[in-house]
Amino acid sequence: MKKIGKQTIKFDNPPTILECSSIVGPKEANGPLAKYFDQTLEDEFWGEKSWEKAESKIIKENANMVISKAGISSQDIDLVFAGDLLNQCISSSFGLRDINLPFFGVFGACSTFVESLSLGSICIESFAKNVLCATSSHFCSAEKQFRFPLELGNQRPPSSQWTVTGSGAAILSKEGIGPYITHITPGKIVDMGIKDANNMGAAMSPAFSDTLITHFKDTGRNPSYYDAIISGDLGYIGKDIAIDILKSNGYNIKANYNDCRGSYF
Amino acid sequence: MDPLESKKTYQDYVNKKSPNSKIVKNCFNAFWVGGLICTIGQIIFNICKERGFDTQTSSTIVSILLIGISAFLTGLNLFNKIGKFAGAGSLIPITGFANSIVSPAMEYKSEGYVMGVGGKMFTVAGPVLVFGISTSILVGIVFLIFNTQNITLV
Amino acid sequence: MDINWANVFDLATLFKCFLIGGAICIIGQILIDKTKLTPARILVIFVTTGCVLGGLGIYQYLVDFAGCGATVPLTGFGYNLAKGVIEAVKESGLIGAFTGGVKAAAGGIAAAIFFGYLASLISKPKMKKQ
Repeated sequence: MKKIGKQTIKFDNPPTILECSSIVGPKEANGPLAKYFDQTLEDEFWGEKSWEKAESKIIKENANMVISKAGISSQDIDLVFAGDLLNQCISSSFGLRDINLPFFGVFGACSTFVESLSLGSICIESFAKNVLCATSSHFCSAEKQFRFPLELGNQRPPSSQWTVTGSGAAILSKEGIGPYITHITPGKIVDMGIKDANNMGAAMSPAFSDTLITHFKDTGRNPSYYDAIISGDLGYIGKDIAIDILKSNGYNIKANYNDCRGSYF
Repeated sequence: MDPLESKKTYQDYVNKKSPNSKIVKNCFNAFWVGGLICTIGQIIFNICKERGFDTQTSSTIVSILLIGISAFLTGLNLFNKIGKFAGAGSLIPITGFANSIVSPAMEYKSEGYVMGVGGKMFTVAGPVLVFGISTSILVGIVFLIFNTQNITLV
Repeated sequence: MDINWANVFDLATLFKCFLIGGAICIIGQILIDKTKLTPARILVIFVTTGCVLGGLGIYQYLVDFAGCGATVPLTGFGYNLAKGVIEAVKESGLIGAFTGGVKAAAGGIAAAIFFGYLASLISKPKMKKQ
C-alpha cells in the first residue's frame, strides 16, 4: 500500500469484504431499509435487564452471525476491531468477551465502523488473512449516557438526532472476489464551533465534507465516478449542509449522495 | 460563498438552515396544559382551605399531590408523552420538577438501588435544589442585613 | 361533607389561576424554543427568579392575584423558599436563613424523593417513540 495525495491510502492488494451482517431494533425494522437487515428485534431489551446488556448481546450475536454467514471458523480470524458509543466501549468489550480473539477497541463515535474497516484493511494488506469489524449502538443507552433519562418530559427540537439501535459487522479477507476496499481516506477533526447539542448534523458536516473533498483531490476523481456516496448519520440538515459545502468547493454531489439517517427511519 | 470560511460564517449559515420549532403551536400547548395543571392545583387548594387547613399547609398538600400524580404518570411511561406535547406546560409547574427526579430514578435502577437510584436521582433536578436553596439563604442574609421590610410585605 | 363547592369552583379564581399559570409556562416555552438552554438550566432560572422576587416581596402580589397560578410553577417553589426563609429569619435571626427555605419546601422535596424511589421499584423506562 502507499499514500497518495495528502491523506489517502491506496491498497495494492485490495481486501475483500467477505461477508456482512446486521441486527437492528424495532424502530429501524419499520424503516425503508427493513428488508436488508439480517435480524430485527421486537423490543430494545431483547430479554436483558439493562440497555447496556442488550447492546452487548446485539453485537455478540451479530459477530457470531457474520462469522457463520462467511462460512469460516472464528479461529480463522486474525483480529477484531470493534467499538460503540459507551464509556470504555463496554458494549463491544463485554459483548465480544467470548469470541477469544485479539481485540482492538475503537472509539470513533459515528465514524467507528468505517474506522474499523480502515484499520482492518491496513492489517489485511500487511499481515492478516481475515479481520472482523463490528460496531453497535443503542438509542436508550446513548440517551442515558449522553443526554437525558428516557422518561424525562422534555421536548426535542426538529434538528435533534436519533441514535440507531443496532449493530453492523463485516469480515475482511485477503482473498476474495470483492467488493473490494481499494482506498481509504482517514479524515481530520474539523471543529467549526457548533455548540448546540441538539444539532449534531451541523457539527459533523464540515468534517465529512473536508474528508470527501480531500479524497476527491487525492485520487483525482469526481463525484460522478461513484455510483453512490453515502454518509453515516448527518441527518437531513447535515446532508443539506454537506451538499452546500461541496458545491462551494466545486463538487456537485447532489445526484448520487445520500445519508443513512435519511434512509434508516 | 463557502460556509466554512470561518467559524462565524458557518455558525450564521447553520442558524439560517436549522428548522425552527413551531413556536406558536408550542406556546399555545404550553399555555393551556400549564394553566390546566395550575387550575387543578387551585381546586385541590380550595378543597383544603374549605376543610380548614391553613394556607401554608394547603400549599404543601397541593405540591405533594401534584408531585405524586406526576411520579405516577412518569412511572406509567405517560409523562414523557405529555412533556413532548406540552413542553414548558408540564416542565415549569412542579410536575416538571417531580418528573426530573423520578425519570433518572427509573433509568438508573439498572445500576443498582444505592449507587444508581440513590446516587443519580438528582442528575437533572439537583441544580434546582442547589440554586434554589442557596438563593434563599442569600435572600435571608440580605433581609437580615438590610431589613427589606419596606419592600417585602410578607 | 362541609365543603362549599361553590367556593372550590369559584370561576373567577380558577380563571385567574389558569391565565397566570399558562402565561408563566409560555415564558418557559419561549426559552425552550428560542434558546439552547437545557431543561435543568431553565428550571434553575425559574426557581432563582421566584426566590429573588419572593424575597423582594414582588411575587406576593402575583400570588395574591392568581393563587396556584403563581405557586404551582417552579417560580412559586422559589417564592416558597424565600417566604420560608424570611419568616424563619424574623423568628430566629441568622440561623433562620439556613433553616427556613428547606423547612418550607420540605414536603415537596421529601415527596419527590420518596415517589421517585417508589417509581424506580415498580417501573422500567420504555423506549421513546419519535
